[in-house]
Amino acid sequence: MSGMSKIVKTISSITFPLITIYGLYVIAHGHLTPGGGFQGGAIVASGCAMMLVSYGSIWIVSRVKEKNLSILESLGAVCFILLALLGLGFGAVFFNNFLVGTNSLFGVVPAAGSGLADINTGGVIPLMNFAVGLKVIAGLFGIVLVMAHASRTKGEKK
Amino acid sequence: MSRRDIAAVLSFSIVAMFFIFGALMIHPFGAPDETGMDDNIITNAQTETGANNAVTSVVFDYRGFDTLGEATILFTAVAAVIMIFRRLNK
Repeated sequence: MSGMSKIVKTISSITFPLITIYGLYVIAHGHLTPGGGFQGGAIVASGCAMMLVSYGSIWIVSRVKEKNLSILESLGAVCFILLALLGLGFGAVFFNNFLVGTNSLFGVVPAAGSGLADINTGGVIPLMNFAVGLKVIAGLFGIVLVMAHASRTKGEKK
Repeated sequence: MSRRDIAAVLSFSIVAMFFIFGALMIHPFGAPDETGMDDNIITNAQTETGANNAVTSVVFDYRGFDTLGEATILFTAVAAVIMIFRRLNK
């Protein structure tokens, strides 16, 4: 897939940071607002797909290697399972929320009932959201990138 | 009508009957048959997991294994797609 016109490239360059920031916001506030790692990762990955469509897969592949995306995705998966195993180590069971109630990182328990949200709550839930978000971003962008690069026409091949 | 058409109409009406009876016999919205698990999660999610979003507390804490399976599915899908398209990307 080759790039599109200059107008499309400019507009996607302007909107790409906004989409990325919104997706990262959804990931980071997964324990407070609707959304989470999967949803925010899908938003960021769709922004990356927009860049892929507007700039073309050859331009993107010269900057982002699919191998690095695989490494990032595996890193997210390993972090997720590692957090679950830490629950087994510090708590009693697999997936134990061992950080909650410790008043350390993300360990504050909010006041009961509906109220203003504090980001420093949730125990391991925000950390798991980050891990899953990284995994979803890298995984979905890797899928789209590989498929787009495979469907480029013969004449564009270097 | 041929026998083929009659068979199609019969099977369609049987499936439609199942759907209609299912829709008629469903419990009313917001009144599930068993409320023990829902009430337990709604009352205790904030103090037990520290997350204001009860849905995320279910997905990442109470039902963490489900999310682990979901992540495994995504990982497998990505690995399969990259494996299939690797040869075309040479």
